[in-house]
Amino acid sequence: MKFQVNGVEVFASTGGRPFDKKKPLIIFVHGSGLTHMTWVLQTRYFAFHGYSVLALDMPGHGLSGGESLKTIEDMADWISDVIDSVGYKEASLVGHSQGCLVILECAFRFPKKIKTLSLMGGAGAIPMNPELLSLAESDDPKAVDLMMDWAHGPAGHFGGHPVPGLYHINTGGMLAKSRTIKNTLGIDFRACDNYKNGFKAAKEIKIPTLSILANGDKMCPVKEGKKLADLIDGSKIEIIDNCGHMMLLEEADKVLNILKKFILTYFPIKKN
Amino acid sequence: MTDKKKKSTDPKTYKFDTLSLHAGYQPHKNAGSRQVPIYQTTSYLFDDVDHAAALFNLERGGHIYSRISNPTVAVLEERVAALEGGTAALATSSGMSAIFLTIMTLCEAGDHLVVSSQLYGGTVNLFRLTLPKFGIKCTFVKPRDTGGFKKAIQKNTKGVFGELVGNPGNEIMNMPEIAKIAHNAGVPLIIDATYQTPYLCKPIDHGADIVVHSLTKWMAGHGSSMAGILVEGGKFDWMQNDKFPTMTKPYEGYHGLSFAEEFGPTAFTMKARAEGMRDFGPCLSPQNAWNVLQGIETLSVRMQKHCSNAEKMVEYLLSHESVAWVSHPSVPNHPDHDLAKKLLPHGKGSMIAFGIKGGKEAGEAFINNVKLASHLANVGDTRTLVIHPASSTHSQMDEATLKFAGLSQDMIRLSVGIEDFDDIRNDFETGFRAARRPRLVSNQ
Repeated sequence: MKFQVNGVEVFASTGGRPFDKKKPLIIFVHGSGLTHMTWVLQTRYFAFHGYSVLALDMPGHGLSGGESLKTIEDMADWISDVIDSVGYKEASLVGHSQGCLVILECAFRFPKKIKTLSLMGGAGAIPMNPELLSLAESDDPKAVDLMMDWAHGPAGHFGGHPVPGLYHINTGGMLAKSRTIKNTLGIDFRACDNYKNGFKAAKEIKIPTLSILANGDKMCPVKEGKKLADLIDGSKIEIIDNCGHMMLLEEADKVLNILKKFILTYFPIKKN
Repeated sequence: MTDKKKKSTDPKTYKFDTLSLHAGYQPHKNAGSRQVPIYQTTSYLFDDVDHAAALFNLERGGHIYSRISNPTVAVLEERVAALEGGTAALATSSGMSAIFLTIMTLCEAGDHLVVSSQLYGGTVNLFRLTLPKFGIKCTFVKPRDTGGFKKAIQKNTKGVFGELVGNPGNEIMNMPEIAKIAHNAGVPLIIDATYQTPYLCKPIDHGADIVVHSLTKWMAGHGSSMAGILVEGGKFDWMQNDKFPTMTKPYEGYHGLSFAEEFGPTAFTMKARAEGMRDFGPCLSPQNAWNVLQGIETLSVRMQKHCSNAEKMVEYLLSHESVAWVSHPSVPNHPDHDLAKKLLPHGKGSMIAFGIKGGKEAGEAFINNVKLASHLANVGDTRTLVIHPASSTHSQMDEATLKFAGLSQDMIRLSVGIEDFDDIRNDFETGFRAARRPRLVSNQ
């Protein structure tokens, strides 16, 4: 669906069901340079099972208008604005990679609004490889090719997509090339590289938090994810074997099952 | 940047030959089986009611019923998508069903297509006679008439279709230019690249949006199994205009799903599967998918031999007294020679058309007397194949349509195999000798 946030048109997938303000809200925040489509194998389940879902295209990404936001802090404020714009007082947040930094900062800034955090392939800081950053900022498609290489685990490189007929690396690459690389990936990578508040924010988080990590993740390795999770009170960690950074597609079913259990426990649908 | 540094930023994604052997398959999810298993089953157990509902609602990936998808077939689909540089693929029971499914996913009654006139005879009949029964009309344009494609576009045009190298005349479409024409009109370019395989050309890299193949041919190579596939490039923006409402608007058949919004670069394949395989059902058998996979494992080495034998054959035919003309993109005076160098850098393919002196009668004598070359209605087998199109594959066309399609009565279509070239040449000598005999008789 399309709606306005601060006067700019925003697109979010509602998981194939009409957006219903009576249902609890889960917001999904994508990673650098990507779009709402990375969440298709998680969002539809929740939308069909009693939740209102918004898998956002961040400003300047996918089908959303506006320009890409330049800092993680701005993105965190924008997520809060999204919650206000759709008429909610609270939401549960799910993020992947850069999206983890965004939702972590959002929960730090707006602790009363955010009910749970689910971090996939997250870390307290995501310093960028200087060459990758430079390629992305100079609009070089090689930046996307490198990201797809590093983001997929050994198994993901061969394929075996959970949706029959889809090929991971080319699908992910096409998503990342759907808008101008320097204006999406370039700005996002710089925002990640500049963000320094992750570990401080983590210490202040008091809401139920889940970290889903993958042992083949080269972009946000397990040890970095654990370092972050250890700072969050009562944080839960799940590690997926034989999987890379794109766990939400590479092992979509496992991720959904873990996420389901967590959300249904800590952000249940209120029964009348 | 030093060489060492340059190397560090090169992606380590797998390359063509490796993908031919491995793409789409993870042994650790299949009991460690090194070879792709043949999932000879119609249907798949659901964990519970919730799991079943999730699969039907496209909430999860997975298999429900082998008409829609099958694990062995899915390996083939991913492998071809990987080789073509596509986002997704959908395998079908034949190349013709891949074309039909593509058109039925794209078009509705009242729509129009711009189509190259030089196509396999069955495809011509689909566009000329069968699709009009569904209310879909076509305008045919000669493949070299790039401007003609632009002129033929109408308000209700929904796509442009052609074979990159036309069957059987070997005329080449200027794919990059025709892609621009299609995209300027807001419609996709669909290319049948059966003759090339992704080893010789990846049409998506040159602007095509959907690629179709008869996998029966060079991709499989062994001539044992029928199969087809459509591959999606993922670049076409279905939401740029209002031409494709079934892609962009809520679809009643899946709880109001908008394929373009939800699946973006794989939307076409998702719709073709969810709607087309559900409603038309031209599914590929897992056994045939497996057979095709065996062929694809050796695609690059076979294509190299096909092309080198074809070049030797062209040289032989060009200097032969019984041959009136030879059409192959490798021939310097072929009208599309320069375009072929650009689009087909790894080889110009193994399809040769040639005219035999003595016309139809000589052609029939040639075909009746070759012993190693097989006379049959197929191309792209590892074995050398010959046919006289005017009396077989294109026999349902009248004289005018034959001429428009670039065919003549003296034309022999040759699919060069990978046998020892000396043996093919010796066999052809026998055929040519026989072809000269009736003319000598008739001249007396």
